[in-house]
Amino acid sequence: MSLMMQAEVAERGFEVELQAEPGERIAVLGHNGAGKSTLLAVLAGLLRPDRGRASLDGRTLFDVDGRRGRWLAPHARGIALLAQDALLFPHLSVLDNVAFGPRSAGVSVAVARQRAASWLEEVGVADLAGRRPHQLSGGQAQRVAIARALAAEPRLLLLDEPMAALDVAMAPLLRRLLGRVLADRSSILITHDLLDALLLSDRIIVMDGGRVAETGPTEEVLRHPRTRFTARIAGVNLIRGSYRGGAVVDASGLSVLGAVKEGEAVVEGAAAAAVFAPSVVSIHTQPPAGSPRNNLTVTIAELEPLGELIRVRADDHRGHLLSADVTARSVAELDLFPGREVTYSVKAAGVTVYPL
Amino acid sequence: MTATLTRTETVTPSRRVSPPGGFAYSAVPWWLTVPAAAGALLVLVPLVAMGTRVDWSRFVELITSSSSLAALGLSLQTSLTATALCLVLGVPLALVLARTEFRGQQLVRSLVLLPLVLPPVVGGIALLYTFGRQGLIGASLDVLGIHIAFSTAAVVLAQTFVALPFLVVSLEGTLRTFGQRYEAIATTLGAQPSTVLLRVTLPLVMPGLVSAAVLSFARSLGEFGATITFAGSLQGVTRTLPLEIYLQRVNDPDAAIALSLVLVVVAIVTTAVTSRIAERTHR
Repeated sequence: MSLMMQAEVAERGFEVELQAEPGERIAVLGHNGAGKSTLLAVLAGLLRPDRGRASLDGRTLFDVDGRRGRWLAPHARGIALLAQDALLFPHLSVLDNVAFGPRSAGVSVAVARQRAASWLEEVGVADLAGRRPHQLSGGQAQRVAIARALAAEPRLLLLDEPMAALDVAMAPLLRRLLGRVLADRSSILITHDLLDALLLSDRIIVMDGGRVAETGPTEEVLRHPRTRFTARIAGVNLIRGSYRGGAVVDASGLSVLGAVKEGEAVVEGAAAAAVFAPSVVSIHTQPPAGSPRNNLTVTIAELEPLGELIRVRADDHRGHLLSADVTARSVAELDLFPGREVTYSVKAAGVTVYPL
Repeated sequence: MTATLTRTETVTPSRRVSPPGGFAYSAVPWWLTVPAAAGALLVLVPLVAMGTRVDWSRFVELITSSSSLAALGLSLQTSLTATALCLVLGVPLALVLARTEFRGQQLVRSLVLLPLVLPPVVGGIALLYTFGRQGLIGASLDVLGIHIAFSTAAVVLAQTFVALPFLVVSLEGTLRTFGQRYEAIATTLGAQPSTVLLRVTLPLVMPGLVSAAVLSFARSLGEFGATITFAGSLQGVTRTLPLEIYLQRVNDPDAAIALSLVLVVVAIVTTAVTSRIAERTHR
């Protein structure tokens, strides 16, 4: 166990317990105001909880009860924070921005710059070393910010929606970069994007009203959310396989046609995932004909009310439990019940294909 | 003088961001320009009026007389010292007020800013009863053989007293508007508080700090009331330029006008420098 935290912030109704294994990458999902940023602030030492304890790699981060207790200053924690905005120091060059962490650790200027240069190389912006932050584009600045955070050699990296402020076209490149540099690195990522969670985390924590609503391995939470709340924000249909002729084909032979995510490229035969929301699935009692559609024969396993909709979960006899959201009226009209065989129909345009 | 003014004016528009979508509408009704012009004239006309009365044939002679040079030298020396003192005391004060929270903070802030609204002569009296021979602190200093009142040190103290709030209020404003998020990032990168202060906070607010220092220098240079009350008017010791002008006004009005013009030029240069710096920050 590398990270253990248990903290309460009464003013924000925040009460969270969290554990992480060494090298584990955690994604935090939840609506605005769910306490995601509070979680990061408490871990980074920028917010003092009213009560709680935390340790990282055996070192106590805090152990407080009211005003009393132990409190490790944020600079001594080895926890770096990557925010939505790059927040590069405007008065320093790109190189010196990245060298800031090593310099603060007491490394000489020359060595710090050397390390900074190699991190810039790592994130693919070595040529920008001499620039000033105001001469960079948003995507470049965020790459430099990643290099800066990593150059500080943190034990734990906190990422607060690092892609949210970027152009749609820039996000995929940065996501790929993060996927590479975060591999086997303890990190906690706040995101609203399920794809970020899928590609950049091993485990998902869903927060609601300052508490952890659900936690579990990423794919499991995405595919089979246990709570209604999670289902609403995270429940998607996910098929992992390889990309063949415009479709993702998995080991069982299930093939789902889809459109490759904007800005991404998928090579024929490469690993890919097809993701579609339960809301784009329509249910038919007779196999329909028409536009490029995926028609999957399934057997209904359960019906669960989800707000105004009913979530239908069905078994495709190939090891997948696929969800569809339909109105209560459709359930009645189509006479849906567990055990009935129906056809799930999904337009190819409703399925997004991601490279893995 | 007009040349300098035009220059500061041409600097301003470039700072303006062009409106989104290329709209050129401005919400200024035409009649607003009347009081606006009156306001500008109220400031400009007296300066011009004074300018017309300058005896240019004797100008150089007047401002280089021994008493003028002594006053000018003393003014520069004391104002620079007071500015340095303002920086040493005011920067920490502004940081504490902007970045920390403690009980009674609002009260401390109001009291520190008091000299802004207090008549300087009242400040002078207050200083006299602090550092004067019978003063709260002055009595003890007197025992040690240190006499502050009516010395050059008193001039510096008087100037610092009135100029400090300018630096604090202007720097606190700058500190509040930005910097805090950068500081948080810097600390998570492993920088200790002192490192954050020296490598992040101060460089970030440097332009604001420079213009705050220039402001307090200008305020020190113009200090009159507190100085004459607390330091008196001894030539070469406590008689600064404003005091010299006030005295010459009776004996030799031409000298008073010439010296006033010197102060006007210093003030214009000061403003130009400050706006130039502000300009550079916004890039």
